[in-house]
Amino acid sequence: MAEVKSEPIGELELTQDMFKKVKKDEKAYDKIVRPSLTYWADAWRRLKENKLAIISLIILIIVVAMAFIGPLMRPWSYDDQDFSVINKAPDSKHWFGTDDLGRDLFVRAWDGARISLFVALVSTVINVTIGIIYGGISGFVGGKTDMIMMRIIEIIYSIPTLLWVILLMVVLGQGLGTIIIAISITGWGGMARLVRGQVLQLKQMEFVLAAQTLGADTSRIIWKHLIPNTMGPIIINLTFQVPGAIFTEAMLSYIGLGIPEPTASWGTLAQKGTKMLLIHPYQLFYPALLISITMLAFNILGDGLRDSLDPRLRQ
Amino acid sequence: MAEEKKTLLLTRDLKKHFNVGRGLELKAVDGVNFSIKEGETLGLVGESGCGKSTVGRTIIGLYEATDGEVIFDGMNIGALDKEEKKNFTRNAQMIFQDPYASLNPRMTVTDIVGEGIDIHGLYEGKERQKRIYDLLEIVGLSREHANRYPHEFSGGQRQRIGIARALAIEPKFIVCDEPISALDVSIQAQVVNLLEDLQDELGLTYLFIAHDLSMVKHISDRIAVMYLGAIVEMADSHDLYKEPLHPYTKALLSAVPIPDPDIEKSRQRIMLEGDVPSPINPPPGCKFQGRCKYVKSICKEMAPELEEEGENHFVACHMVK
Repeated sequence: MAEVKSEPIGELELTQDMFKKVKKDEKAYDKIVRPSLTYWADAWRRLKENKLAIISLIILIIVVAMAFIGPLMRPWSYDDQDFSVINKAPDSKHWFGTDDLGRDLFVRAWDGARISLFVALVSTVINVTIGIIYGGISGFVGGKTDMIMMRIIEIIYSIPTLLWVILLMVVLGQGLGTIIIAISITGWGGMARLVRGQVLQLKQMEFVLAAQTLGADTSRIIWKHLIPNTMGPIIINLTFQVPGAIFTEAMLSYIGLGIPEPTASWGTLAQKGTKMLLIHPYQLFYPALLISITMLAFNILGDGLRDSLDPRLRQ
Repeated sequence: MAEEKKTLLLTRDLKKHFNVGRGLELKAVDGVNFSIKEGETLGLVGESGCGKSTVGRTIIGLYEATDGEVIFDGMNIGALDKEEKKNFTRNAQMIFQDPYASLNPRMTVTDIVGEGIDIHGLYEGKERQKRIYDLLEIVGLSREHANRYPHEFSGGQRQRIGIARALAIEPKFIVCDEPISALDVSIQAQVVNLLEDLQDELGLTYLFIAHDLSMVKHISDRIAVMYLGAIVEMADSHDLYKEPLHPYTKALLSAVPIPDPDIEKSRQRIMLEGDVPSPINPPPGCKFQGRCKYVKSICKEMAPELEEEGENHFVACHMVK
């Protein structure tokens, strides 16, 4: 071996015994140091870094929990009347005050939350189910079928939601079911279009072609390859659909097309509150506050999810 | 070649036209004839959009041929029933171009490689796992990679996973659809060497689609040059490089850089005039006429047939006689 002269480099003197021959390990090149994360674990990791989204998630959990616990915290039910305390401002006994019929507004607000969330949840589940199936078929089959199915959505979309509600009211009468159906009829189109777009794009991807080359049948391609890859956008869309449905319900109740008395929902509470706005402003304040907070929380959470599930951030 | 080998794949006047609306047809592949012998590699070259990937996908059954037939191992693959079709997919596989798009991002490497095993019900449980580990080792990955997701790998590693997936069901024939063009040069050599080693070990037959001529020359026994949906020249790879006959092949070969600065300096490039005509409405007669400097009136009237001009050297040109 040739003698290695040690030359001083600055202060440091390099000598031969400072170096050691390392065996070349081919396999070591291919070692991956980063811990393995599934898609959802990785998304959750990124979501956790978004403080606002996590606060929104906590607020939503509290709202949902209160919708069940809230009414039990006070001794009255949502339709108990006490004529000795009519239009009473919030105090230690009635936390959100009472309305013109002597009903406790704290109980009614959380009972209303349950109704509003129920409407939102059921209509969203219906929308998503129809949307995925309809959009999936449309995108996967393609061609003429796709063309006809998309035109049908456009026709349904061309009739305003309000008109659907009024027409349905005539046939079905006022009630919870009518509202859910009305929101569902006009709401699934967006989801169907989203899923269709995703499927159209995905079915051309090489991994789907590879599965076909391997002899995979249609159901395998749909369940193993297409659906899992559309879940991200679907969940993002879902977090925007829920507040949309809450708001539609509130809007319909507000203009008097919603859920009939004595059942409470955020919309009907807000509507009654408006009438008393000048003399008893607290009657509008609490339902309006709850609607706003919930909507805001859903939207911020949706934004956070979009950032954390974005496929472009992860290849 | 010592003994005459069996022909594994044969195409007869293969055509694939795409309907692009308004009654127009895009003639991606317009009458392609070639054959591949067992254990052989046929390189298919041509510029972007000449239909080489469409040929590969039609052969493998991803597209239905508009006309003509593909004979694989004596069977016409256009007329298979469900059972035969499944049998065919076991024997013919494909390696894809884009290593980033060809692996499902939601599946682990085990599930990606094991997909073919599951579909054809080859192995189950422990045997399946062992087979997947073996496959990963064959393509130069290790078993620690089995539970990882595609995004954790580099392009070259992903392409190896794609190769393992194709090998999982023990095919005889693999269409390599530009498997190296998305990789950087140092990785290209690794993947090509891997493909060659696999061919030697497992006796595979390849249709190697690419646009990089030097790489194709390295791996192929024979090369077919495609232009606008048809083969213009086909020969043993040495012959093709030594004496290209078709003016298009000459132009293509003159574009290959030579790794010797002295020769490279004096390299004469044949520059082609104009663009490739649209495959929706190709000119009558020879498809290359608009860009060919030897063009004569016969070229505009009659399309030249692929004819044998030397031993195993086929060319489609009126001027080569």
